[in-house]
Amino acid sequence: MIEIKNLHKSYKMGSNSLHVLKGINFSVEEGELVAIMGSSGSGKSTLLNILGMLDVLDEGSYTLDGVPIKNLNETKAAQYRNKFLGFVFQSFNLINYKSAMENVALPLYYQKVGRKERQEKALKYLEQVGLREWADHLPSELSGGQKQRVAIARAMAAEPKVLLADEPTGALDSTTSYEVMDLIQKINDAGNTILIVTHEPDIADMCKRIVHLKDGVIVEDKKITQIRASQYV
Amino acid sequence: MFSRDNWKEIFETIQKNKLRTFLSGFTVALGILIFVVLFGMGNGLVNTFEEFFGDDATNVLYVFPGRTTVPYKGYKSNRAIEFDNSDLADINKNFAMFIDYATPRISRGGLVKYKSESNNYTTRAVGPAHQYAEKTIMMKGRFLNEEDIRNSTKYVVIGRLVENDLFGSENSLGEYIDVAGSAFMVIGVFQDDGGDNEERLIYMPYTTRQLIEKNNDKIDQIIVAFKPEIGYAGAMALDRSLDRFFREKKYISPDDQSGVFIRNVADQLKQQQQFARVLQIIVAFVAFGTIIAGIIGISNIMVFVVKERTKELGIRKALGATPKSVISSILLESVFITTISGFLGMLLGVFILNSLGEKLKDYFITNPYIDITMAISATLVLILFGAIAGYIPAKRAADIKPIEALRDE
Repeated sequence: MIEIKNLHKSYKMGSNSLHVLKGINFSVEEGELVAIMGSSGSGKSTLLNILGMLDVLDEGSYTLDGVPIKNLNETKAAQYRNKFLGFVFQSFNLINYKSAMENVALPLYYQKVGRKERQEKALKYLEQVGLREWADHLPSELSGGQKQRVAIARAMAAEPKVLLADEPTGALDSTTSYEVMDLIQKINDAGNTILIVTHEPDIADMCKRIVHLKDGVIVEDKKITQIRASQYV
Repeated sequence: MFSRDNWKEIFETIQKNKLRTFLSGFTVALGILIFVVLFGMGNGLVNTFEEFFGDDATNVLYVFPGRTTVPYKGYKSNRAIEFDNSDLADINKNFAMFIDYATPRISRGGLVKYKSESNNYTTRAVGPAHQYAEKTIMMKGRFLNEEDIRNSTKYVVIGRLVENDLFGSENSLGEYIDVAGSAFMVIGVFQDDGGDNEERLIYMPYTTRQLIEKNNDKIDQIIVAFKPEIGYAGAMALDRSLDRFFREKKYISPDDQSGVFIRNVADQLKQQQQFARVLQIIVAFVAFGTIIAGIIGISNIMVFVVKERTKELGIRKALGATPKSVISSILLESVFITTISGFLGMLLGVFILNSLGEKLKDYFITNPYIDITMAISATLVLILFGAIAGYIPAKRAADIKPIEALRDE
């Protein structure tokens, strides 16, 4: 599903250049649930941003679902993001003046799905995350866990190939975190490929594979036995 | 770009961001409103100036006798100068090349009676050409003619309001009215654009007036109309020659400021028109300044709007919004708001101007109006510049990498 070869990325900081990713080789199969771990500054978020086409790579190659991702202009990148990827952010990033249902329907709007169908689909995905009754509420009327579930529903609504989550539980308490992880595991059980960036070991243990980044290189890449979040909920 | 879905999305955004909508709408509406009102007032000012002269011919010189202040050629100072019929004849003879007509005017007040109605009116004893000098419009009957002058007929032509006052709804033609003790037959009724006072006048042949006043040949003033083809320079030259002619004939010193007066309507008109034009330019300058201020205002608001939405736009981009759709949604939103509010402001301005009408006449503003094409083009200019001003920050927002926009807290 994801194929990365010899990925390099550096940021120019004035006259200095900060080499963040130094030759990453990494691949993800369909249906995997991968945790990318590392301390801050290890390059894990940069990696996720490149995977999410929110940032561009300097060197190396990136293939997503058989499509080489290179030399994308903003329009093309936007179309690919819309088609291939779903995002979940630490700070939820819901549009605050749109209701939960409208937020979930937004990626479908950019896919040019008709209004009626958009609303039906949005309600369906809200149902899946257990927020069907909250469809008409604004984000400000939802709790943190509910917001993140709306964000996950939104990411899933576009039916992406890969779900990318950047510290999805970073702003949540542990009970709520486990609820969100339970939801992510269920989505993964349905066959979706998910990558999670996290620095919390207990969250990483709930994935099926952990990739450790340190100073821009992968130091460890192991498959683990998944701990089900449902036992904590 | 113009699908129903896009508009729905835009309407929702507008509805749910009322402050933003109000700010940009208000700026544009206010800018256009002030522009329309100011520009209309400028036109009202010009209207007033034109009205000062609109009811009189502009190719005329009024010649009045005065009182000398300087002794000259054996005459003492403080001598009253008087005009008589020979002066009129001399003007007609000596200046025939330059003048269209010359007519005397002798003004007297007096009680005028018809049956039980009576009132005080000014009576002007004039020649037939006076009709052209005052642009008197005949409603019925006729004006005085040469025959009346020759025969010193006891005929009068009365103003519309005189007829109203004395006759009510009755017909006045052929009726006799009592003017300061003598009976005159009404042969015509006139109207005049110069206002109510001009329509409360009574005209009679000047020879009749002279006959009543012990058969003298005195004239109060002479109105001289020059041929329009001699132009402004010709009129000024005629002004000077008439002055010289009367000073010579009446033995008035060339240095005497008050022996004889000539009021040159053409000269006054020209000065007033220049004044009005300068005023209009100043008003137009201020009005265009308002438009520019409006453009700057809407640009600022657009920068603010885009800044405020940076994060939202980042989210939208992460969800698959293309730069084009980001720009078009910002622009459509702003053009929609500016168009609606711009035309509202314009209509309100036009409405204010219309309702003002004559109310500001005391401040020299008569019937302020704005050319509708001018109002609409000003509105369109503001909308266009609002869109251009909005495009720049919108483009910048669309170019920001979503990751940077999302980081923007």
